[in-house]
Amino acid sequence: MILAQQINDLSGIVPLLFYGFAALAVLGALGVVFSQQIVRMAIWLLFTLGAVALMYFLLGAEFLAAIQLVVYVGGTLILIIFGVMLTSKNPFTSLDIPPYERFIGWAVGLIGAALMVFTGLAVAAGSATSSQTIQETADTAASFGVTELGRSMLTKYMIPFEVAGVLLLVVMIGAAYIAKGRHEQADSGSSGGGPTA
Amino acid sequence: MTTALTSIGLSHFLVLSAIVFGCGLATVLTKRNAIGILIGVELILNAANLNLVAFNRFSWGGVPVGAGTDAVPAVDGLMFALFIIVLAAAEAAIALAIILNFYNNFASIDVERGSTLRG
Repeated sequence: MILAQQINDLSGIVPLLFYGFAALAVLGALGVVFSQQIVRMAIWLLFTLGAVALMYFLLGAEFLAAIQLVVYVGGTLILIIFGVMLTSKNPFTSLDIPPYERFIGWAVGLIGAALMVFTGLAVAAGSATSSQTIQETADTAASFGVTELGRSMLTKYMIPFEVAGVLLLVVMIGAAYIAKGRHEQADSGSSGGGPTA
Repeated sequence: MTTALTSIGLSHFLVLSAIVFGCGLATVLTKRNAIGILIGVELILNAANLNLVAFNRFSWGGVPVGAGTDAVPAVDGLMFALFIIVLAAAEAAIALAIILNFYNNFASIDVERGSTLRG
């Protein structure tokens, strides 16, 4: 009885959590659109990434939420901030675009969002589980444990898993080669007696 | 109206993902900074990932595929989202390497100046 009462309380808090996280995600995304300085865009992106990770927690995908935090927030965002620091003399630089181009960009973004909203609502209305809420699926949802993910990764998704590994190796070598730049390449070629082309 | 607001379903997640996607698209279109465009692409990929995870939860809801006690829950949407995260990390690394090279050649990351290949 007490446990059922607690579960009822927990399911009542789910909408509050959803709207809080959704507000955070939308705020971060709007901040990315409207801020002109690249460092502030990166910080707004941090809010959206964190809110999406919280959404994964809400959807019961805890492992994916952890991966989102580790890879995106801990890896990609740090990489972006390093890129900002390496490519800008003034980190608060801003590049303005003509007003009509900005208007066109916002209009296309708005139209795209509206199209996806209508399509999503149509899909959700047409699906058999449209009446299901996240509270109702909570008891039937088996926990998406790491066990199932690992087993699926080594059986059903074996080939994509291996290809992703090879891709990461190629990307590592390629990024190091591309980022080396031209003049350093010329220096090493002239001083070290590199391959004669 | 009250039930539509208080019972969180699939459509709520789809609408949120659509808004984030629109913001990402507008970012890609309105920024001249190459790193800003990369940030917009990350927003778009996150919106797609949120869609996949929500569909995985609500279309199968973790209900085991097939009957039997040893049936496994469906994790296909989660696997797609995982591979997208891997590809996004790889894409960010390559894009930043290209941006660094661009900055070395042009002393700027304004994409308007990258018109060397224009015919």
